[in-house]
Amino acid sequence: MAVKAPSIRSLSRYLLRPHVSVHPQCRFRVQSKRSSSAAAEARLNGTVEYDSTSILHHTSRTALQNPELPEDVRRGQTKRINLYTAVNEALRHALQTDERVLVFGEDIQFGGVFRCTMNLATDFGTERVFNTPLSEQGLVGFAIGAASEGMRPVAEVQFADYVFPAFDQIVNEAAKYRYRSGNTGVHCGGLVIRMPSGVVGHGALYHSQSPEALFTHTPGLHVVIPRSPTQAKGLLLSAIRSSDPVIFMEPKVLYRAAVEQVPVSPFYLPLDKAEVLKPGKDLTIISYGTPLYTCSAAIAAAEKDFGCSVELIDLRTVYPWDRETVLNSVKKTGRAVVVHESMMNAGVGAEVAATIQEKAFLRLEAPVKRVTGWATHTGLVYEKFIIPDVTRVYDAIKQTLDY
Amino acid sequence: MSLHSRCHRLCVQALNRPSICFNPSRAPTRVPLVRKQCRGVASTPNAEKVLFPGALNSEFTDTLEFLRPSSKKAIPTYRVVDQYGDVINKDIGVDTEDSEALELYKNMICLSIMDLLMFEAQRQGRLSFYMVSAGEEGISIGSASVLHPTDVVFCQYRESGVYMQRGFTLDDFMNQLFANSKDCGLGRNMPVHYGSKELNIHTISSTLATQIPHAAGAAYALKLQNSQNPEVEPRIAVCYFGEGAASEGDFHAALNIASTRQVPAIFICRNNGYAISTPTSDQYRGDGIASRGAGYGIATLRVDGNDIFAVRRATQEARRLALENGGQPVLIEMMAYRVGHHSTSDDSFAYRQKIEVEDWKRRDNPITRLRKWLEGRGLWDENQEKELRSQKRKEILAAFDRAEKEKKPAIKHAFKDVWEEVTEEQRGHVEELMDILRRYPKEYDVDQYEGGAGSLGELLEKK
Repeated sequence: MAVKAPSIRSLSRYLLRPHVSVHPQCRFRVQSKRSSSAAAEARLNGTVEYDSTSILHHTSRTALQNPELPEDVRRGQTKRINLYTAVNEALRHALQTDERVLVFGEDIQFGGVFRCTMNLATDFGTERVFNTPLSEQGLVGFAIGAASEGMRPVAEVQFADYVFPAFDQIVNEAAKYRYRSGNTGVHCGGLVIRMPSGVVGHGALYHSQSPEALFTHTPGLHVVIPRSPTQAKGLLLSAIRSSDPVIFMEPKVLYRAAVEQVPVSPFYLPLDKAEVLKPGKDLTIISYGTPLYTCSAAIAAAEKDFGCSVELIDLRTVYPWDRETVLNSVKKTGRAVVVHESMMNAGVGAEVAATIQEKAFLRLEAPVKRVTGWATHTGLVYEKFIIPDVTRVYDAIKQTLDY
Repeated sequence: MSLHSRCHRLCVQALNRPSICFNPSRAPTRVPLVRKQCRGVASTPNAEKVLFPGALNSEFTDTLEFLRPSSKKAIPTYRVVDQYGDVINKDIGVDTEDSEALELYKNMICLSIMDLLMFEAQRQGRLSFYMVSAGEEGISIGSASVLHPTDVVFCQYRESGVYMQRGFTLDDFMNQLFANSKDCGLGRNMPVHYGSKELNIHTISSTLATQIPHAAGAAYALKLQNSQNPEVEPRIAVCYFGEGAASEGDFHAALNIASTRQVPAIFICRNNGYAISTPTSDQYRGDGIASRGAGYGIATLRVDGNDIFAVRRATQEARRLALENGGQPVLIEMMAYRVGHHSTSDDSFAYRQKIEVEDWKRRDNPITRLRKWLEGRGLWDENQEKELRSQKRKEILAAFDRAEKEKKPAIKHAFKDVWEEVTEEQRGHVEELMDILRRYPKEYDVDQYEGGAGSLGELLEKK
């Protein structure tokens, strides 16, 4: 069903949670405006261009070169889609191939406030794709119960900012279910909790958060954050197939902005591997999600200005994370910068930096630098001063190289 | 999706279900469904009934009158036999065979003796913790006795009778309490946190009320599994919780989602008057938990929890209701009095009079009430009572001794089952722990664990 007019429900939801755009195009416009709203003289900030970034596959050929894809997928077709469509395709494939899969959450049935579940209720029925009452602890608890009886529920929390009512259910129940059940073998491993996360330009306090570090402090969970449509599709399918509960955080600013060639066939990407996005020999940048685009732009500028060569790593799964790939890189380059949106203290970067310090101490030529959100909340008009931008990553590269 | 397309789809659905009235001005028979269908209907100027989508069956009134809970009579408490063990409605009787009533009685006695002995064992320091069911044996044993063995159960922690009635053996209980190598929880949980896959009872967690939405989700899974494969027999999920836990947000969330998804589940609240030290007057001001059921659109009943016949009949009927019309939730509030302390870590005489407890013990409890009924029918006497008690005591102590002698589970189980597979990070931790154990052998008593320190090595071998 094509979106022509916004429904009353999405309008009221829009009024409740203002940054969600009623019209797909509106949000896209806001984003374009955002990326061009940098200072007039800006050389570094404002250069993140989704149309040309090397993070995304702009041609079918590069999309299919990915060695992680199985042979038959690499011989297949690709299609140019954005991230929410990739999520939709993954959900569609999971619903089609496994009748244990359920998709539910607030406002799922009409397609979701970010369009990720478009047409799924129509095609698979409201028994399997349905709205829940507005209660995060309720819908996550419901999902855990369904998973404990063998279903594969994909629950959606409308914004990562609203996951906290379900925190008890996630940390005390989902994460511990298998462990406490001992050899009765009962678990809720079929569970996936999807949530849009990260800043979006104007999300302020409650539409901008990246609470991944809170979940990386919980044994028993996988925490996954994709960077692109291809990654979203492959990682989400793996998350649904996984026998452990997975927190799947989708950078919402990329839902429409990130468009690339994605294999049409279903495929699975590993949940325990980081990916080297760009090889380099002087410095390693470790990041995940949206800031990878910032890093990529900063690297391009830095390499041009300083004649250096920077390696860029996407963690993809922030917990349990791929120490080996990161350490191998840092042992090679001797310098590391970690970049993420959420604040520095006890963030994912703290863990990565501490691990590098512990395991690659003798190879380090400079302190591990963390470029992260500051220790504050995301006040509406201050976002661009708080979240790592190209300038800050560029400067971190410079400082780390000059050390 | 546009408004138009939504209406179109709903109209088609409505046509397929002739029993559902699409016009809200006529009295609908199945309110929740109609409410869903009529979402798009606009109000007309001369409507006699409210057409606001949020309350379709409301009528307008020109009397300004607040609904006051105090003006309503309290929900009655269903009972079958009185506290002297006499059947109240002789025509209906108790619909429990004599032999079955005897079995239930024996299980209740067994549970109460196990509670006394284990409470004492904790006081002697032989167990780390214990919680008794005194005063609530009838609720757990009675309700479990009429469930189907395949029905899925979620407990809070004061429902040992459910486990016993379903076939958890004394050895199973003792192994869990001692967290030994035969404990199916692998020594990870505190005592009384039982679980059993065979008996379809999920492992208990200490977090209150979190199991209530689980039951709703599990019931939905059972409903779908039955509709996807009709050869799977219809099953329900049953969830137990106390009146204190019902104050948690999870209770609200669970009953609401259970109702909107129409899941086949029975929610059994044990209202025993106290949540640790908090009396119900500090817990809620409405008419108990039962009064909330209607607010969620859930069929609700209040039952005398000291009357095992009432508990059984109510649960049986609730199970039938839960499976009716493709599934719907049912709430039962079982009234009781918590005769024992909250747990072995609690001295309840710090917040209630000893005489109050003694009164309850004397006045009415599920065991003596059933005993009076049995005696009234000539099925039981003092000698049988003595014999049963001494026999159960022996059996329990024998199981206790067996469990106490077992080793603790292998240390590897500290790390397993966090994820399906042992992670790289965990391997690193296991190596470090093994190194510590090797270099400081006198600091740790590894020999009381099955396989000693060696079991950790198994975690590194695989892959």
